[in-house]
Amino acid sequence: MAYSEKVNDHYNNPRNVGSFGTSSDVKARLDVGVGIVGAPECGDVMQLQIKVSQDGRIEEAKFKCFGCGSAIASSSLATEWIRGRTVDQALEIKNTQIVEELALPPVKIHCSVLAEDSIRAAIADWKKKNGITDTVAATTTHA
Amino acid sequence: MAAPTKLTYLDNAATTRCDPRVVEAMLPYFSDVYGNAGSRNHRFGWEAEDAIEIAREQAAVLLTAQPKEIIFTSGATESNNLAIRGAANMYAKSPAGSSSRGHIITNIIEHKAVLDPCNRLIREGFEVTFLEPGHDGIITCAAVEAAMRADTILVSVMWANNEIGTINEVPAIGALCHARNVLFHTDATQWAGKMPVDVERDQIDLLSWSSHKIYGPKGVGGLYVRRRKPRVRLEAMIDGGGQERGMRSGTQNVAGIVGFGKACELCFASGDSERARLLALRKKLDTALPAAMEAVQVNGHPDRRVPHITNISFGFVEGESLMMGISDIACSSGSACTSASLEPSYVLKGLGVGDEMAHSSLRLSLGRWTTEAEVDHAISAITKAVNHLRAMSPLYDLWKEGIDLSKIDWQSH
Repeated sequence: MAYSEKVNDHYNNPRNVGSFGTSSDVKARLDVGVGIVGAPECGDVMQLQIKVSQDGRIEEAKFKCFGCGSAIASSSLATEWIRGRTVDQALEIKNTQIVEELALPPVKIHCSVLAEDSIRAAIADWKKKNGITDTVAATTTHA
Repeated sequence: MAAPTKLTYLDNAATTRCDPRVVEAMLPYFSDVYGNAGSRNHRFGWEAEDAIEIAREQAAVLLTAQPKEIIFTSGATESNNLAIRGAANMYAKSPAGSSSRGHIITNIIEHKAVLDPCNRLIREGFEVTFLEPGHDGIITCAAVEAAMRADTILVSVMWANNEIGTINEVPAIGALCHARNVLFHTDATQWAGKMPVDVERDQIDLLSWSSHKIYGPKGVGGLYVRRRKPRVRLEAMIDGGGQERGMRSGTQNVAGIVGFGKACELCFASGDSERARLLALRKKLDTALPAAMEAVQVNGHPDRRVPHITNISFGFVEGESLMMGISDIACSSGSACTSASLEPSYVLKGLGVGDEMAHSSLRLSLGRWTTEAEVDHAISAITKAVNHLRAMSPLYDLWKEGIDLSKIDWQSH
């Protein structure tokens, strides 16, 4: 399959790869939300970590991804898009915008869904840690 | 001719380059010797028939068989269909439309060209046992013996597996079948032409193989059908002019058959030295890659395998993204991520290879033109790509932290 130039660029030069510490480190940090979505048996796992300021703005985002080129590009792009946004603004990102930006073919739409899910999961984790309840339901939650 | 990026072709188990000597042998049979081999009353026909009989002889030599025992087909898929469905219908215990028509033994790591005909036979009233291999990927004679029943008609076990290259217990399974008066078919697509075959010694009744896997043209293949002890009869699937002893009607593909014959001859001639050369190259892959990185495993039995195929899993990276990182190397991934199923290879799953390993496997298969420099390039390119992907793999981090990935409650989608 031929990938778009943007997918190739994210694959070769992924943005914001990394984490804010080991899984036990970040669990203890109230300013960090973690979303892990997907499963190894499906061939893709995305981990998104967000560092959120006290007023609810995403200061930094880091990702790790096990998956195909489209999955890597989708999560890399997600980190770029959510940085600087408030958590509520970040929740407005839709998978279809990712599909459009990266020119993903139909068989790769699930990669964009996964990226959207990882944003929701990371924000839900941060809110849970900080005792924030709201009306926006996360599609996926993960410890 | 300008070649901007030279691709390294390590997908010889999928298909091979047609040998230029094969092409040369075929050329006269398009526009010069263009007769129909079935035309019995003029020289055009005789010349075509002579050419086919020379090819039949070349194919028979490769298998240590008699020329009359070779049926030319369109390829191994047709040969497998003809062998399995043709034998089942010919030797059925009860007529079409009834149940309990007979029992067939095969296994889950066969090619779809064997599995799907077997599944069709189930719908047509036969019973099929699908054996599972051990973690080494081998289908054993003991497993076949345990599955034998009084109404078993046919056993079909591939000689070497196409995805991992492991070798099943073929002469032993053949001997077992003959002792029990059961027919034995083997899909030898990854074996014949690469490894020695003697249908008597190896106790084979039906053997399928393909031209394009052994440096011949696509669209042609062969089926060995034993003529004595026992004389095997098959119900034809394609009826018509009665070509190929009535088992495969249709005007013969003269040029293709000539090329296939030449390809058989060349493989037979290069035999031992080519096997040794490929084995040395494959062993280099099998040792260098696990030495360069942690969590790398060669799938299937370490030694009981054909020289030209290896299948290696690179833990914590996904196969399709790995292929993207080695875009100047042509090979196959165990991942089926581009298909709708998202399922890793059924063969690797059959071996009990974990999901995160089955998703990240490469099949590297070598051939007549593979050089040591290409193998060295593959080793360094794969190592670089795996390291690039592991640097962004959450699974690699978790594994490094000592977390058991199989114990995590993943959110499947």
